[in-house]
Amino acid sequence: MSISRRGVLALPALAVLPALSEHVMAAETVSIGYIEALTGNAGAAGQSIKQGAELAVEIINTPHPDLAPLTLAKNAGLPNLGGATVALTWADNQGSPAVAASDALRLITQDHVVAMCGAYQSSCTLTSSAVAERYGIPYVAGESVAANLTGRGYKWFFRTTPYGPDFARLYLDFLADVAKSGRATGKIAVVHENTDYGTSVADSMVSTAAARGIKIAQRIAYNANGTDVSPQVLQLKEAQPDVVIFISYTSDSILYIKTFHTLGYRPPIVIGDDSGFSDPSFIKTVGPIAQGALNRSAFVPGKPDSITYKINALFKKRTGRDLDDTTARSMQGLFVLCDAINRAGSTKPEAIREALVKTDLPPGELMIGYEGVKFNAQGQNILAYSLMIQLQGESYVPVWPANQASAKLELPFKGWT
Amino acid sequence: MILLQLISDGLQLGAVYALFSSGLTLIWGMMNVMNFAHGQFVMLAMYVAFFCFTLLKVGPAFFVPLAAIGLFGFGVVVYLLLVRHVMRGPMLAQIISTFGLALVLQYSALWAFSANFVSLPTTLVGGVYDVGGIRLSAARLIAGATAIALTAGMHLLLTRTDLGSRMLAVSEDRVAAALVGIRPDPMQALAWGLGAAATGVAGGLIALFFYVSPDVGNSFTLLAFVTVCLGGFGSVPGALLAGLIIGVVESFSAYWLGPATKDVVVYGLFVALLWVRPQGMFGRA
Repeated sequence: MSISRRGVLALPALAVLPALSEHVMAAETVSIGYIEALTGNAGAAGQSIKQGAELAVEIINTPHPDLAPLTLAKNAGLPNLGGATVALTWADNQGSPAVAASDALRLITQDHVVAMCGAYQSSCTLTSSAVAERYGIPYVAGESVAANLTGRGYKWFFRTTPYGPDFARLYLDFLADVAKSGRATGKIAVVHENTDYGTSVADSMVSTAAARGIKIAQRIAYNANGTDVSPQVLQLKEAQPDVVIFISYTSDSILYIKTFHTLGYRPPIVIGDDSGFSDPSFIKTVGPIAQGALNRSAFVPGKPDSITYKINALFKKRTGRDLDDTTARSMQGLFVLCDAINRAGSTKPEAIREALVKTDLPPGELMIGYEGVKFNAQGQNILAYSLMIQLQGESYVPVWPANQASAKLELPFKGWT
Repeated sequence: MILLQLISDGLQLGAVYALFSSGLTLIWGMMNVMNFAHGQFVMLAMYVAFFCFTLLKVGPAFFVPLAAIGLFGFGVVVYLLLVRHVMRGPMLAQIISTFGLALVLQYSALWAFSANFVSLPTTLVGGVYDVGGIRLSAARLIAGATAIALTAGMHLLLTRTDLGSRMLAVSEDRVAAALVGIRPDPMQALAWGLGAAATGVAGGLIALFFYVSPDVGNSFTLLAFVTVCLGGFGSVPGALLAGLIIGVVESFSAYWLGPATKDVVVYGLFVALLWVRPQGMFGRA
């Protein structure tokens, strides 16, 4: 290789360029890594989360005065960073915890993201956030609910969504209320997939129930990738529980409902713990035979002039579907992270972390029905909240608690006609 | 009663496994090519069924044959454009190439059809029968009957017809077959076409009671390989019996030992059986 004399003269000038461009870049875009299952069993949910996150980024990057007071909606970009725009770098974890960990490594070391979000599957969040912790990169989980995620003493991990113990409380409160109407709710069966998500929510269910003196009558753990669930449905049919709570992903939820139909079994009360039951594909594929299934949600579109209604309309314009709870929770997580980056006024991980610690968002600035966002020492949002919704016709409608309900609770589980 | 329901569920499930594996028996068992894209072939057939129903509003009497014809053509094309060339290379090239094909098909489906789960209406075929307290799904019964018919047909074709003998001759020794005047390429292409057509029938029928998604093939593929292995390479009736056995074992172990342990039982039994009889139940040593 030979360098001309003129080239040598030009070198000092060139050396200045990268530093200059880096500075300009920092003011222009803030790069956030998003680890999600874009393919694989949870691919449908992952793709929906991606569409939601892209909408959230559009709301942040372009002015949306009609959505004020939602955080960062009014102006273009992040005001405290000179109007810098947010850019997401996606990594497909394929539903595999091992891939999620290598994704995290790649996003941090090669793509130099300043913060990360993820993931639908708690087991993937577990591994990828461990990498973020090691490198000192803030990680906001908007949708993973396994209890163990926030019990690890991590410094860089924050979770905006309600989690296992919150849901267990919700279901037991709801069932206690239903029991007042004379319907039996004492015999509860918990059917859960056997990775971090299902196991930890089921554990929370068992311990929260035990604290109230209720014993979970039946607990069935299964592998979500299976091809057949008839034996489990037969087990339930034999035991005749009053309530069946599913902590399941999409393909398995669909199989359970189809098998209910095949084996002619209708439990009196069916509760699906979000995920699979909230997947847009669930209603499309088995909606007509899952009538009356209960579910939890933190997102309800609400009245036409509300922020939630408008965001739902924007999402529907893009995708042709209503915004589901999981996607809405993940969008809220991204908003909280971007709000923190904006308040930090910097893309330095330490500054973002400090801003996250200080987060105190009132419900009015959110796009979801939490009572606010404020993290405890473990990084868990202590103001997270959910309500019970029920599949009636082609959509879920809020049915409990009564002050938030827009339709009457219909029991027992009807299934099909 | 629960015992009878378990057996019936197991047999119905086993019939589905046998149906799913039928095309693989032909291509793997007869042609000695590991088609890792087998599950993706079935996935394509399931989408054919789904789109026929949603766009053309036609039932299984139409879309199952259509899927079979479509997949037949696809199988021939795959053989002519891909398999024929890589078969000249080392064994590893064959394995990797069909594995690559599997990924191409799966990710193309993801791109074209999105990751969303779709499904045919549960009521499309006859619903559910209650026979003396045993619940039987019409769709699964049809799948089971077809699996048996398909197996019998394939078995007769291979053992009783001139065409079958020529296909077997090519698979046994390509050069020797060519010496006695059998042109190997058309025979191999035909075998691939028939194997793929069987996946077309399987996919069309499985779509009646299972969800459809780009990676639906993966749930069944491993079991299909196990089914063919257990039945004995090249034995068409063996694969049918193996499918039924796996279905019943899975059903019982999931009920008594719990769903998380059923795979241990199924694969444990598989390893144990191969230990005793490495050529599979019906295979020749």
